Amino acid sequence: MGQQWDIRDLKEWDARIRDKVEEFGLSCFPQEFEICNHDQMLSYMAYHGMPAHYPHWSFGKSYEKLKTLYNYGVSGLPYEMVINANPALAYLMHDNSLCLQILTIAHVYGHNDFFKNNFMFRDTRPEQTISHARLRAERVRAYVEDPSIGLQAVERILDAAHALALQTQRHTAIRKLAAEEQKQRALDAAQPPADPYHSIHTPVAYKAPDLERVPLEPEEDILLFIAEHNPYLAEWQKDLLHMVHDETRYFLPQMETRIMNEGWASYWHHAILNSLELPTDLHLEFLVHHNQVIRPHRGDINPYHLGFMIWHDIRRRYDEPTEAELREFGTPEKGARDKLFEVRETDRDSSFLRRFLTRELMQEMHMFEHVREGDKRVVSKLADDENWIDVRNTLLRNTGTAAIPVIRIMDADYHRSRTLYLEHEHDGRDLEQEYMQRTLEYLYRLWGRKVMLETTVRGKTARFSFGSEGFEELN
Amino acid sequence: MMSDTVFRPYSASDALRSDRSAGDRLRHRQKVRQAIRDNITDIVAEESIIGQSRDKIIKIPIRGIREYRFIFGPDNPGVATGDEDLQAGQVVQDAGPGEQQPGSGSDQPGVDYYETEITLEDLIDIMFEDLALPDMERKKLREVHVETMRKRKGFRKVGVRVHLDKRRTAVSRIKRKLATRGPAGAETATGRFPFHQDDLTYRRLVRDVRLQSNAVVVCIMDTSGSMDTMKKYLARSFFFLLYQFVRTRYSNVDVVFIAHHARAREVNEEEFFTKGESGGTLISSGYTKALQVINERYHPTLWNIYAFHCSDGDNWPPDTEAALKAAEELCDVCNLFGYGEIKPVNSRDYGDSMLDAFGRIERPNFHALLIESKEDVWSSFKAFLSRETPRTGTESA
Repeated sequence: MGQQWDIRDLKEWDARIRDKVEEFGLSCFPQEFEICNHDQMLSYMAYHGMPAHYPHWSFGKSYEKLKTLYNYGVSGLPYEMVINANPALAYLMHDNSLCLQILTIAHVYGHNDFFKNNFMFRDTRPEQTISHARLRAERVRAYVEDPSIGLQAVERILDAAHALALQTQRHTAIRKLAAEEQKQRALDAAQPPADPYHSIHTPVAYKAPDLERVPLEPEEDILLFIAEHNPYLAEWQKDLLHMVHDETRYFLPQMETRIMNEGWASYWHHAILNSLELPTDLHLEFLVHHNQVIRPHRGDINPYHLGFMIWHDIRRRYDEPTEAELREFGTPEKGARDKLFEVRETDRDSSFLRRFLTRELMQEMHMFEHVREGDKRVVSKLADDENWIDVRNTLLRNTGTAAIPVIRIMDADYHRSRTLYLEHEHDGRDLEQEYMQRTLEYLYRLWGRKVMLETTVRGKTARFSFGSEGFEELN
Repeated sequence: MMSDTVFRPYSASDALRSDRSAGDRLRHRQKVRQAIRDNITDIVAEESIIGQSRDKIIKIPIRGIREYRFIFGPDNPGVATGDEDLQAGQVVQDAGPGEQQPGSGSDQPGVDYYETEITLEDLIDIMFEDLALPDMERKKLREVHVETMRKRKGFRKVGVRVHLDKRRTAVSRIKRKLATRGPAGAETATGRFPFHQDDLTYRRLVRDVRLQSNAVVVCIMDTSGSMDTMKKYLARSFFFLLYQFVRTRYSNVDVVFIAHHARAREVNEEEFFTKGESGGTLISSGYTKALQVINERYHPTLWNIYAFHCSDGDNWPPDTEAALKAAEELCDVCNLFGYGEIKPVNSRDYGDSMLDAFGRIERPNFHALLIESKEDVWSSFKAFLSRETPRTGTESA
């Protein structure tokens, strides 16, 4: 397909779209678009959209995989790839038709607005996204080229750091206490509670808290903890750990708002393109692409579809509530526009689904829960009147960081032998055994001494360790 | 108010120059190759490699380069959208890998498990490396000398231009010129008498059947015991080396696989390495079957015969005499006949050995050897080949 547009067309349409964006009240960062071909697009995808990124073989693997899927036609390329930066950076594919470009531009403004306004992204420092990524890339390259370090050593640390990167504090809005504050908190907690009848009660003996304990409170940021507490790590090794940690922190808000974010962008590209009074041929093509983007994936969840449905439902409930809804909830306290913008600012996927994924919506989308039976997956629960909350809860547990096991460092000096003791907060889901074993090996590599993990396997407490003798199951 | 949107136009030259993932892709491929090398024992043990085309593509599951982290096991429920006619208990197809977004963190263990494809040629390279074959030998085994197997036989009017016989073509034109010289002499007026299609004469080549370049590799294996991966790998690599060696010398090489326990059968390569049978072992049955196949299809006057027998050393004692006798008969018809006892070091404690019994055979073209580990394969193979003696009546290259 030949190119039927040039930059002037894009600029013209962009101006019209931006008029609509302002009319609808979206508030965006300045936007930059880069036109690229499909190979460059695959590269951007492999490197999380970053124009510069530190090298690691896993990105090569990711590229090969994307390319294979693309070549075999299993998956198309995304029309759009936009990164959370200020100015926001997005890529447009050179081979796409004018209609797709218009759709993509509108969609990108949706993401842009979301990045700028959602509370999860407040601390991501978008002004520095690109320069930080570039600096990290330069540093890693310098370590690789340093004759006293080299590729193998850098890879050893990066492999291990990647394995543990997601084991990090998942509630970014909660401030982490400094060591002093943690101490103070421990001391306060040890004080006996105020007792108005202390004259007639035997006084509770004061038990001093153990302030020597490391960590004082269970620690979720495994990489940071190791960087701080393993004295045998070289500076460059600590730097790599910090780097991987920082990058994970940057991507965490995107993981936590995927459904909202894609739904929001789809909602607005739909609204904007419908208001643009496109010529008939463009409009028909737009409808085809739009339906393609938000189609349900049978046997899977399409975040574009789910998000789009929920945003639409919120608008409907606040603009045109049904009789039943009016009876149950009363007249909406605000208009749909205000509600939409409020939700896009204050929610993330877990609260968004919990608050706005209604039984009616789930039934409209025929959502169901499936479990493994042998090598097949079998429908276990339908979103009917009886089970819909269960199905929604299962969905919540598979969304964003809820799909990552919670593992905390409890003690860095277990048995006074500097063994790192971790505990998996078991929530009914067992860990994948092989993955656990190999990840413990990575943890051992970084910590340098024995590591132990307490978890639950098939209802029983189990402890595993990895040390100089290799992997062991303890009883 | 937003500042102006920037559009950076596409630049084809930038696109050509920037292949930013090249370094990481290379490193990834190195890791894939390393993973294959680490699993070469499993792969060769499972893959048919003897007598296959060098371009055959082999799919290899890659396990060594998964990116591990803490994840939940596969037993946990998931949620999906479906159709309205969905029923509880219905089997839903496993959805494909789905779109993977950066940092989506929803990787299922199966998703990271994928296959890579390599050619047999590459696989053999890696196997040779693993067996520590000296480079010189490696090259010898890799290069198959294709002898020109055609000879001239007569001439014909059609053919490819390289086979054009210029002299005969010219002669034929002159003949035609003389024949068409009529009284009128019209063509002499132009002074030209061009070649005609009918003048062209080509050399005819026919396939040269040279009986002495036929060879057959008879692989005999005792399948009574259980074949574990290491045994399979050792046996298969030994048979493969033998096959490659024979192929470097003869242009037409057949392979026969004979599996035996108490009875012997002719099988294909896959069955040969997969079927384990229980029951007693009569080595003589395998040899008798080999002799029978040789007599029926590969008569020693037309074929060079290389036979090799792999066994774990177990035999029903009363059969030993018969086996020795049959082995001597095989020595008579074969260029080379060998017996290899495969006993990986860790499984040494069970079973008897036939090596002593076979030690009694005193034929120059017989060799009995013990393979305990993959390091032994190459040295045993060399020792085996050193026993080769050309049989009378046939000429070996």
